Amino acid sequence: MTPEALVFWVFALVTVGSAAVVVLSRTLIYGAFALLFTFFGVAGLYVLLGADFLAATQLLIYVGGILVLLLFGVMLTHRINDLDLKSELGGLWDWLGPASVAVGLFVILSTTALKTKWQGAARPPAPTTGDIGRLFLGKFLLPFEAASVLLLVALVGAAMIVRRRRDA
Amino acid sequence: MISLPHYLVVAAALFSLGVLGLLTRRNAVNVLMSIELILNSANVNLVAFSRFAAGNLGGQVFAVFVIVVAAAEVAVALAIVLTLYRLRRTPNLDAADILKG
Repeated sequence: MTPEALVFWVFALVTVGSAAVVVLSRTLIYGAFALLFTFFGVAGLYVLLGADFLAATQLLIYVGGILVLLLFGVMLTHRINDLDLKSELGGLWDWLGPASVAVGLFVILSTTALKTKWQGAARPPAPTTGDIGRLFLGKFLLPFEAASVLLLVALVGAAMIVRRRRDA
Repeated sequence: MISLPHYLVVAAALFSLGVLGLLTRRNAVNVLMSIELILNSANVNLVAFSRFAAGNLGGQVFAVFVIVVAAAEVAVALAIVLTLYRLRRTPNLDAADILKG
């Protein structure tokens, strides 16, 4: 087994294992912390794929931003002192349908991925940050500006939604 | 040799776990976490195709846009969850039946 394969399997195991903990854990806060390891594992896969800029973005935005927001969500929607941080899992019958859907999806997707003869040219690993910056300010300028407007509108809208009204 | 199908199978596993969480969980914050798993699996696919099949950086640029949309989505969704919690004192999605006729 080459070192690259070893690193890949470690990151894949961390990613999928902690994603399973996110979905299956009874305690919400354990799920939130398992999500941290999922994001780290995905960032490691990005590094293996030669996407250095995207790996840094993943760590900065997902771990530093989105995960902290989700933790705030966990803290603010539970009274901490009555320790009601459980999320209901339901009985066996509640799981039968969703589990068969998920397993079916996985079988279909992975057999497609393994059976298809993928064509196309590989891009040799090289630093990506400069090229991505040029793409953002050249070919993808309009989506880039639209994304900035979207972020502004979403943040203002989120602040408006949670604002307490005077008359309520 | 690690190649494209390996990454696609990992992304498929992430996606299926996200769908499972989406269908089984009642807690709104947990559902948001499952949506993040699904978006991450899509990003792994985009970056893997960009590395092995496309030969250019378009997939990575698109993945950055997916991350931006995910950040905006989490901000707005958490605002809605907090408002729901303020109204109903529960984060369970079953409580969000105010629009029911």
